Amino acid sequence: MGNFDRKIERFLEIFIDQRGYVTVLEGLQNTLLIAVLGLVIGIVIGTLIASVRVMPKYKTLPRVLDKICSFYVAMFRGTPIVVQLLVFYYVLLPLLGIRITGVQVSIMVFGLNSGAYVSEIMRAGILSVDPGQMEAGRAVGLSFLTTMVKIVIPQAVKNILPTLGNEFIVLVKETSVVSFVGASDLYVAFSYIGSNSYEFMVPYLVMAIIYIVIVLIISFGIKMMERSLRKSDRRN
Amino acid sequence: MIDVINLKKSFGQLEVLKGIDLTVKKGDIIAVIGPSGSGKSTFLRCLNCMEDPTGGQIIFNGVDIADMSVDINVHRRHIGMVFQHFNLFNNKTVKENIMLAPVHVRCQELRKAKRKKDAEKAGVNMTKKQIKEEAERQAIDLLKRIGLEDKADVYPSTLSGGQKQRVAIIRALAMNPDVILFDEPTSALDPEMVGEVLDLMRALAKEGMTMIVVTHEMGFAKEVANRILFMDDGQIVESGDPKEFFADPKTDRAKEFLSKVL
Repeated sequence: MGNFDRKIERFLEIFIDQRGYVTVLEGLQNTLLIAVLGLVIGIVIGTLIASVRVMPKYKTLPRVLDKICSFYVAMFRGTPIVVQLLVFYYVLLPLLGIRITGVQVSIMVFGLNSGAYVSEIMRAGILSVDPGQMEAGRAVGLSFLTTMVKIVIPQAVKNILPTLGNEFIVLVKETSVVSFVGASDLYVAFSYIGSNSYEFMVPYLVMAIIYIVIVLIISFGIKMMERSLRKSDRRN
Repeated sequence: MIDVINLKKSFGQLEVLKGIDLTVKKGDIIAVIGPSGSGKSTFLRCLNCMEDPTGGQIIFNGVDIADMSVDINVHRRHIGMVFQHFNLFNNKTVKENIMLAPVHVRCQELRKAKRKKDAEKAGVNMTKKQIKEEAERQAIDLLKRIGLEDKADVYPSTLSGGQKQRVAIIRALAMNPDVILFDEPTSALDPEMVGEVLDLMRALAKEGMTMIVVTHEMGFAKEVANRILFMDDGQIVESGDPKEFFADPKTDRAKEFLSKVL
């Protein structure tokens, strides 16, 4: 174990004395930024897509929108996220003449990607709500959209919160591939410390612990949210 | 008030309503009865276009609401509906259930008036807050009427079936509708709770509310309705005065039905 002690010493030297923690904090910030903004964008896109897909389809417009949405979902679920990052960063954005940073492109791609997954989660949530809720809303003269926003989606979200939490956790962990487009996340930070000290054991161990801690905090937060949303189920 | 002209509805190949004509006058209380599968509920649901009719017209206050180009939401605000399974909004408290639609509609009118900058002219000179307060007062008054004012701030999951249905009825009343449609309002209730719901409906009838009720409560139909519609196989087989209908049905189909249910 003397060997291990030396490795820890070496890690702490770089982490603290050579200000490695600054790199790590930056990495942590980027990781969380990409995951949180990705989820927010994902929920917005996912909710929109899910609403379109459960719309009654007598008219042409909902039908066309539905087709566009299924194409979108097929695209983003059908390719690995690394491929999406690379295509956006090296193909699409240059073709459009847009220049943005690796972190920005990561936020965008993670948002679009998670939108595809969240749309299916949300659709399941919406379908789990009693159709009578939509009917009652429509019967008092509220529009489809108003009923959706005020009645159906709040109940759907309550039902899918555990799954949505899952999606968030997956997102946090998947951010570890953003180095492909030059964004520095947690993984990049610890690799940097590792290659500076020629010693990877402790940095990667610490990295793993940080990921676990993040995920545990998220799980706790979701549990709290669930509890407060279950208010309306309680029988007193 | 409502003129139904040759109303038809098909689900795919299946023709559920085969041409229905009906005139409803203000203050009418019409009980729709008939065997299951006869199209009673579909007929009722067509009246506020919860199911879009596939043929015919529904003239409500002079407008054909079966026409897909009219804004159905505006007209539905004048047609209340009460469902078999209550369908109270589960994520809203009892009071919010009653207030939701009136507040939403009035705020929408307010926005529209503001956009046109003739708020005073349109008589909409209330603020959002006043609208809410008034709706709340109205909700509490309605709850007092059914003796449930102490339940104003609880969620529907804590109510009994009878309480839920009575709240659903006053939720419809809160919009001051011209007519209320009842879709088997007592069918999902425990027997002991049927009475309280029927009592409330009786009271509404006495106040002159126009009501169309799909029901299996023959006693209620006989006592409260001023007209019976007997439906079978997507058509109105017999219609007329309740006392005459129950005492002396004209058609064999009605005789057979009554012999089973009475």
